[in-house]
Amino acid sequence: MNLDVQGMLKAIDAIGTTLEAHKDYLTDLDSAIGDADHGINMNRGFTKVREKVSQGTYGDLGAILKDVAMTLMSSVGGASGPLYGTFFMRMSMKLAGLQAADASSLAAAMEEGLKGIVALGKAQLEDKTMVDALSPAVEALKKAAGTGASLTEALEAAVLAAQAGMESTVPLVARKGRASYLGKRSVGHQDPGATSTYLILSTLLMSLKEVA
Amino acid sequence: MKKLMNKVDDVVVQSLAGLEAAHPGLVKLHPSVKAVLRGDAPKAKVAVISGGGSGHEPLHGGYVGYGMLDAACPGEVFTSPTPDQMYEAAKAVEGGKGVLFIVKNYTGDVMNFQMAADMLSGEGVNVAQVVIDDDVAVQDSLYTAGRRGVGGTVLAEKIVGAKAEAGGSLEEVKALCEKVNSQVRSMGMALTPCTVPAAGKPTFTLADDEMEIGIGIHGEPGRQRMKLQSAKEIVEMMAKAIVDDLPFKAGDEVLAFVNGMGGTPQMELYLAYNDLASYLREKGIVIARSLVGNYITSLEMQGFSITLLKLDDELKALWDAPVETAGLRWGR
Repeated sequence: MNLDVQGMLKAIDAIGTTLEAHKDYLTDLDSAIGDADHGINMNRGFTKVREKVSQGTYGDLGAILKDVAMTLMSSVGGASGPLYGTFFMRMSMKLAGLQAADASSLAAAMEEGLKGIVALGKAQLEDKTMVDALSPAVEALKKAAGTGASLTEALEAAVLAAQAGMESTVPLVARKGRASYLGKRSVGHQDPGATSTYLILSTLLMSLKEVA
Repeated sequence: MKKLMNKVDDVVVQSLAGLEAAHPGLVKLHPSVKAVLRGDAPKAKVAVISGGGSGHEPLHGGYVGYGMLDAACPGEVFTSPTPDQMYEAAKAVEGGKGVLFIVKNYTGDVMNFQMAADMLSGEGVNVAQVVIDDDVAVQDSLYTAGRRGVGGTVLAEKIVGAKAEAGGSLEEVKALCEKVNSQVRSMGMALTPCTVPAAGKPTFTLADDEMEIGIGIHGEPGRQRMKLQSAKEIVEMMAKAIVDDLPFKAGDEVLAFVNGMGGTPQMELYLAYNDLASYLREKGIVIARSLVGNYITSLEMQGFSITLLKLDDELKALWDAPVETAGLRWGR
């Protein structure tokens, strides 16, 4: 089953619910190695996103994600605002005009989104950032799509990779963002950005399975 | 958590409304985005704009006015503002001579200001940016997001604002801001943490007999956590790190700035200033100008920072030039 306009709107609403439920968890992770606002900011951003997309009528996936991107950019703040904003903006360009995405088109869009994040944030793997969850997820998605997997199967592989990537941030020394000021003291804490990335992807998968 | 507030989501907007109400004519709020604008903007001069997370008051909104900032864009507490704020603020105060963004070096601030600069450049507005990174507590700047922008930002906004007020071109104003940044160094410390209203609990914990040396203005950790010592020992530790970094040398004239983090009494700040003055005297460094008080804070945190700026005749004249803002005013 592919991700169509209705499925995407439902997934975005579900992501909002997930981030709201995990607001304190993300903020706690951020207060250990950052500035204690990641959950608050993501929840504020996706609350606005839900308001925005619930008012729109959409003919294609790109238009939805463009609204998501613009809303996040103007409401989240911090580094996550521009980074997630860029992620969804780049995805929206790839999905423009498409009424449904299969595994390979979603993989191509997410790969483009990842490139946007890397270009803006200049993070590499093992810098202890969202890239540590997103990059392996995109790789897994592409690989599964290449073997002809269904969208659900491909996303399952991506979510597992994102989870492993998120967990891999625990022993790392942060080299980007405010956590980098901690140096070795950042070891032993899971990166909040990698965690929100995992939550977004796993919620997308869950929402898609419910539709099916 | 105990704080003066009505609704946690409204802390920043209601505080801004209070700033406008307390200083009518001096500042006005932008009608559609969170931005503090100079009351008589736009002026036919370079527009100097800064911004950043809230919680550092009087920075930046308190420095909007004659001889300093044309606009300030506050984010949520300790969170960068968003690009639409800087974009709209610049459109509202730009007087045809270009815009200078003074940005503190934090990942989010730098990204959001960059996006706003791109949007404005796309519309033909002449935009320049200077990133302030004066915090010597960050040592491994190669492996981190780089040195943070702290106390030096206040001095840069005052001096650069004076130059813009005097009719300096965008190139001159930008070059001056870079010069200030290259000659200023700071370091902070905390005795207690602070609580972000929306988080409801302190951002870190310190035992009763502990302090954090090299703290950032958002409670980010610094160089080390250690047992509390005397004011003299603390001041010497911080001043030495600052003096050795530039380095400041015997015979140099400086502006010595002792800044409170929000919860430290003025009495203790002057006590610390006294220790700083003795230390600098021993080193043969001459204090030509001074500033003592709460100017770039971290909510209700107890602690302070020291900033030294190497002065010359140009910087002294611009520092002395008239300024009229909610947070700094003299000569007018």
